[in-house]
Amino acid sequence: MTTLRFTKDHEWVRQDGETVVIGITDYAQQQLGDIVYVELPAAGTRVEAGKEAAVVESAKAASEVYAPVSGEVVAVNEAIADDPAKVNADPLGEGWFLTIKLDDPKALDALMDEAAYAAFVAEQG
Amino acid sequence: MTGWSQALSVHPAAADETATLTGNRGLQLEEPLLFEQDSPGHCGVDLPEPPPHKSRLGGLERKSPIGLPGLSEPQIVRHFTRLSQKNYAIDSGIYPLGSCTMKHNPRLNEKLARLPGFADLHPLQPAATIKGALELIDTLAHWLKMLTGMPALALSPAAGAHGELCGMMTIRAALTARGDARQRILVPESAHGTNPATAALCGYAIDPIAANARGRVDLAALKAKLGSDVAALMLTNPNTCGLFEDEILEIAAAVHAAGAFFYCDGANFNAIVGKVRPADLGIDALHINLHKTFSTPHGGGGPGSGPVALAAALAPHAPLPWVVHGDGGLELVEHAAGPTAQSIGRLKGFHGQMGMFVRALSYMMSHGADGLKQVAEDAVLNANYLRVRLAGALSQSYPGTCMHEVLFDDRFLKDTGVTTLDFAKALIDEGFHPMTMYFPLVVHGALLIEPTETESKASLDQFADTINGLATRARNGDTASFHAAPRLTPRRRLDETTAARKPVLRWRPEPIRQEAAD
Amino acid sequence: MRYLPLTPSDRQQMLATVGATSIDDLFADVPKLARRDGLVDLPLAQGELEVERALSRMAAKNVSAGSAPFFIGGGVYRHHVPAAVDHLIQRGEFLTSYTPYQPELAQGTLQSLFEFQTQVALLTGMEVANASLYDGATSCAEAVAMAHRITRRSKAVLSGGLHPHYREVCETYAQFSGLEVRALKPTPGVADPIDIDNETACVVVQYPDFFGELRDCSALAARCHQAGALLVVVVTEIVSLGAVRSPGEMGADIVAAEGQSIGNALNFGGPHLGLFASREQFVRQMPGRLVGQTTDADGKRGWVLTLSTREQHIRREKATSNICTNSGLCALAFTIHLALLGESGLTRLAKLNHAAACILADRLAAVPGVRIVTRNFFNEFVVRLPIPAADAVTALTDKDVLGGVPLSRFYLDRADLADLLLIATTETATPEDIDIFSDTLAEVLQ
Repeated sequence: MTTLRFTKDHEWVRQDGETVVIGITDYAQQQLGDIVYVELPAAGTRVEAGKEAAVVESAKAASEVYAPVSGEVVAVNEAIADDPAKVNADPLGEGWFLTIKLDDPKALDALMDEAAYAAFVAEQG
Repeated sequence: MTGWSQALSVHPAAADETATLTGNRGLQLEEPLLFEQDSPGHCGVDLPEPPPHKSRLGGLERKSPIGLPGLSEPQIVRHFTRLSQKNYAIDSGIYPLGSCTMKHNPRLNEKLARLPGFADLHPLQPAATIKGALELIDTLAHWLKMLTGMPALALSPAAGAHGELCGMMTIRAALTARGDARQRILVPESAHGTNPATAALCGYAIDPIAANARGRVDLAALKAKLGSDVAALMLTNPNTCGLFEDEILEIAAAVHAAGAFFYCDGANFNAIVGKVRPADLGIDALHINLHKTFSTPHGGGGPGSGPVALAAALAPHAPLPWVVHGDGGLELVEHAAGPTAQSIGRLKGFHGQMGMFVRALSYMMSHGADGLKQVAEDAVLNANYLRVRLAGALSQSYPGTCMHEVLFDDRFLKDTGVTTLDFAKALIDEGFHPMTMYFPLVVHGALLIEPTETESKASLDQFADTINGLATRARNGDTASFHAAPRLTPRRRLDETTAARKPVLRWRPEPIRQEAAD
Repeated sequence: MRYLPLTPSDRQQMLATVGATSIDDLFADVPKLARRDGLVDLPLAQGELEVERALSRMAAKNVSAGSAPFFIGGGVYRHHVPAAVDHLIQRGEFLTSYTPYQPELAQGTLQSLFEFQTQVALLTGMEVANASLYDGATSCAEAVAMAHRITRRSKAVLSGGLHPHYREVCETYAQFSGLEVRALKPTPGVADPIDIDNETACVVVQYPDFFGELRDCSALAARCHQAGALLVVVVTEIVSLGAVRSPGEMGADIVAAEGQSIGNALNFGGPHLGLFASREQFVRQMPGRLVGQTTDADGKRGWVLTLSTREQHIRREKATSNICTNSGLCALAFTIHLALLGESGLTRLAKLNHAAACILADRLAAVPGVRIVTRNFFNEFVVRLPIPAADAVTALTDKDVLGGVPLSRFYLDRADLADLLLIATTETATPEDIDIFSDTLAEVLQ
């Protein structure tokens, strides 16, 4: 069973056992506008929860993508490096950023679920 | 998030447009790239045949062509004339960019900067042959010291950001010299991007300070963040919201009490020049943009000049070279020794932007102490006049008196479907360069308007009438025309997304295509 | 006052509209302690005639380069700029326009900068160039910073042949950013031994070097790349690239150059023109503005500023540089002058410069006591004199000849370089100038 969680920085995290896939949410891609470039870490890099893991750029803005959890990067999505528009088109699917091997399998419990995130976004106005 | 988004929808040309054979439209002329007009072997300069000589290039002669196009002088004059006609400029109309101070560029300045005694002077000429240049530099320094009230001036920085770097480097040098290295710089959230970028280049960590409800630095928040590891506060005054930091004396006192320095970004000096001296506000270092306050032309993106006024504690660290009063008159000191031993070193290849010094001094001498004071007063009056004329239609971010610029945000466009960007593009069709958009970042969809003192009342009235008209049109639901704007310029909205995704940063020759076999 | 359109009656009306009784009401936020009665102690306003008189008097106290036989180089070169250049850059639409942030109102600036970027890339033999930096020296410092970002290594090795001012600027920047800069000892006429290890981010060489020497840096480029370091090539006399192989051909990764020689006057050291070019793979680490080609809503070709997320106004403390205003009008002057020259003109101009230098070198070598130190040069070389070069320059100046720069001006602690004189010549030197220089030098050395 996969668990889908969200962060206050508009990242989503989908857990599948010991690994998670992360990306940015539909709200985030809308706010950024057309994505023109993504900067992804190398596989094998360690990431820390709350620290920068990747960068996503539109023509007029650059945003850090923070690691929602700590762990080791096992895969990055080269497809979005080649075609950043995928992040706009399918942010929760083909527009995924990284796969991370979790330090702590329980790390997602602290994050918002879908309903809580929807409420959080509604508050943003 | 900036709230910026590009709605690049493709709108067909207006129904009454006449297609022409050339693509030209009356006085609006299309013009290809230089590289597309090459006549190989052609030249716009006549040079004599080189005399016979034996090459001493050591076998490093170029073996392949560079690929530069050849054209005649008439073609080139026409090329650049046509290009110029696609630009808006201060000479065309009001250029209300907040914090840019787009004032009239007097032509006397151009004439004097081109005097051979200034323009045809090499920086490495012997001292005896450059006395007038040193006198000009010293005179300019004197004027700036009097206007700022500060005792020392570093003249070499090439632009505002370079001046910020200079100021922050002197601060770091002063702290290091007293054995008190500190790590943090405090920067208001409303600061121009060059401020944190500069602090980072100096190896500092940046700590942002929030604004209070009145758009000024929150004094309590500042005091809470001050500590023995804060090297400096970088402040802009008036700030980027167009407001004078009325608690500036308390701010300066708090910063100094914490052992830190007070850096001021002088981009908005036009509001107070000749009326208020930064030294009297407790400032330790202030860069001045000669290309803003002192009218040296913006030239499509420079050159600028960013001299830095320094307090006594920072003066010993000023970058080389120094122009000093020696026994034999003015001297150029290029090395660190004795009085210059603590200089941070050189920041630029040579002495500074001499061409801009001549222009700025010409401007200052033309205005005089009385004229400069009038500049500040008219700049502030013009901005407040626009504030009041636009107050009904637009949403002012911080109500009340402003200084030389006034800040609005996009609340007045709420529920219209029109963004700040769309509004600006519609203004272009009306024949105006838009105000600064999306800066400062502290309000949503910012519109920052700085008319400067060189706009007449009639010009301001026409601008205000137009803006009010557009605001009304937006509220009346005429969204489509905003989204389609601009329609009347040589190019309509440009695809910045593709430009960033697939950058094409230079011309390349077309590959020779082979004819299809069938 | 001629630049202020508001009349007293306008001011009265506007104050009334604003609801203020006097202008000082609008300055109410200024602390009382900082308010001044009266004016700053400076002269009052003056008309054009008076200002022109005052500044002309200052200008007249200088000896302009064109008024004497002139042979000074050292990073700034006197070339003839065609009359059309200055006329075109003074068109108000170029002179008084701003950075092209609203591309629909600035296609003139954007197209000319795109042409500039292309010219710089072609000249330097590199894939991509930016829309200019302040000058060659700050370009060099930016190149070192960029190499650090790309390689994540913190040491830069600077050749002893690098212009000493450029070295100083790199050292100043490095002092504050924490990079380590190893400047090798200057050895005029002799190539540096350059050590490259796995801490080296880049090696910086100048071509031709500060002493005028031309050296092939292909082998050095290969050594750098083997060690995972970048080669930065600095060019202070851009006209040289009209005659010699480009840095790109020889394997440079970044070229940091001074463009003043084309389109721009000496201006006593500023404003000048920083050129910056690199391999395309590094473009996102480049400082400064970049203009990119695109299409508009009607599908027509146009230009915009692009890759802006590298820059300070978006990336703030994470920007590749803090630069904002650069050298726009100087870049335009360069573009126009180079357009006038074209391929054949630049080639011939370079030949004229080299020919003048060869002829001058032969004449000077025939002066008793004078020896040419530089072996292979373009338009600048070092000579050894039998007396301190500084004394020779003073004597030459007294006889109204601006005959080069003594190396002692740059290297205070190098007594072994005190008899060396750096001499440049361009197409602006006449045969008479060359005669006068060599004759006067012979006189001075007697």
